[in-house]
Amino acid sequence: MKRILVGIKRVVDYNVRIRVKPDNSGVITDGVKLSINPFDEIALEEALRLKERGAAEEVVVASIGPADVQAQLRTALAMGADRALLVETATPLEPLDAAKALLKLVEREQPLLALLGKQAIDDDNNQTGQMLAALWNRPQATFASKVVLDGNTARVTREVDAGLETLEVDLPAVITVDLRLNEPRFVKLPEIIKAKKKPLETLSLASLGITPQPRLRALHYAAPQPRARGVLVKDVNELVEALAARDLI
Amino acid sequence: MSEVLIIAEHDGARLNPSTARCVTCASQIEGARITIGLWGSGIAAIAAQAAALQGVARVLSFDAPGNAAPLAAVLAPQVAALAKAYTHVLAPSTTFGKDLLPRIAALLNLPALSDIMAVESPQRFRRPIYAGNAILTVEVDAPLVLATVRTASFQAAPAGGSAPVEAGEVSVAPPTHTRLVELAVTHSDRPDLQTARRVVSGGRALGSAEKFQSVVQDLADALGAAVGASRAAVDAGYAANDLQVGQTGKIIAPDLYIALGISGAIQHMTGIKDARTIVAINKDADAPIFEAADIGLVGDLFEIVPALRAAIQSRSRT
Repeated sequence: MKRILVGIKRVVDYNVRIRVKPDNSGVITDGVKLSINPFDEIALEEALRLKERGAAEEVVVASIGPADVQAQLRTALAMGADRALLVETATPLEPLDAAKALLKLVEREQPLLALLGKQAIDDDNNQTGQMLAALWNRPQATFASKVVLDGNTARVTREVDAGLETLEVDLPAVITVDLRLNEPRFVKLPEIIKAKKKPLETLSLASLGITPQPRLRALHYAAPQPRARGVLVKDVNELVEALAARDLI
Repeated sequence: MSEVLIIAEHDGARLNPSTARCVTCASQIEGARITIGLWGSGIAAIAAQAAALQGVARVLSFDAPGNAAPLAAVLAPQVAALAKAYTHVLAPSTTFGKDLLPRIAALLNLPALSDIMAVESPQRFRRPIYAGNAILTVEVDAPLVLATVRTASFQAAPAGGSAPVEAGEVSVAPPTHTRLVELAVTHSDRPDLQTARRVVSGGRALGSAEKFQSVVQDLADALGAAVGASRAAVDAGYAANDLQVGQTGKIIAPDLYIALGISGAIQHMTGIKDARTIVAINKDADAPIFEAADIGLVGDLFEIVPALRAAIQSRSRT
């Protein structure tokens, strides 16, 4: 079966104003809204569109996290994914361990494509897709703004610093997606009800043969240094004077 | 003693300035001996540019036709094959480095650090998380540290050095499963956004691609500045995607940043918080951009910008 595996991570919603805990041991996540990482939502939308265009037959969403990540997986099922996999772990995994867990799922599901967001908006690492591609020994096309599947290859346009780069990769491959690839659909109520009946399988890290090896020790979280308060000028003349006073014009 | 390998970025003709910034970052690692690794085809001139950076001990050049395109799948196994001789492997936190470095790390079964902004010790670094809303101090428990460097946090190492250039031997058969079809480069006579000392950026308030062109670009030309854009302006089609400044676009640190009609979403501010002077012009006095701006002017940018441009031009004539 032509299958797409989509990795989704649950993160603090992008609208939440992040605050560092007073003891600098982390950021405050108690009671804040949690959502699917926006980039992963775009990855899922792309998988659904590829299926709707006939380029794939099944979309499987997978997440790694605590048991209640089921809520985000149900949302993904309501968007249109066919089934969901939850690799349950109480402690967050570093990107390398997450990639190892995803590799196990890829070996099990044999997808033609693994689609992920280019980065999660919590730790901003931008690593997991590339690491999965390396461990899988398959091509990677990161920061995708256009994806076209054609037989055994994918043609991917990437947003790079110099402009737009187009790669052709043999399938299976890992593609990580950028913001402008698509706009994810809204979930409708009947879909939410239907999604409750879709299969959601829970797996343990141990059953996948993964023993996490944390090697990045978070020592201290700090709020960023605020910029010094600036001045408001009242017209162009004052603006020009202020710029000249700083030797900027 | 730290043996630091910096993976150079280039466009086939010139060394990318991000490499010189990585050299400064590397030089802050205690006892660093810095090697620049350069992969490409026909790159002797670029190797010479890398060798001229002060603080570099040597340049290793892997000049081969197969290395012509900067493909992570092709380069990662070659870097991984050398990495054992080093304590640190650094790459710029550009789309090139972000694509490549995690692939190398996974081949070595090692973790990677993204976007390091400060070096606290050879194993301990600071990096932004949550779009820069928190700064994490992190220690790596591994014999080899692999990291991308947030280039806006480090000055470029000056030229004037004269390190030897050695030819490296490519010992790994490159994969053929990934092929470059084309690179559509946005051509511009303006300074490069990522390295420009002055940047003029426009937001959604510009209203159209035509106005973006006439207002933002005209002021940029008067200042000799690069042009940037907010995500809203890019999404609205006013500006090309490679002009986007912010969390998911370019992170920049110019001397002067002028934001025209940009509200100042946190994702945008992440991209400019290292700018020396931020000027905001916006008709909404409550726009968050004014909280971060060094100089703010509330008003209609379509009236202010032509007057500002005229004032700048008359000053430069006198």
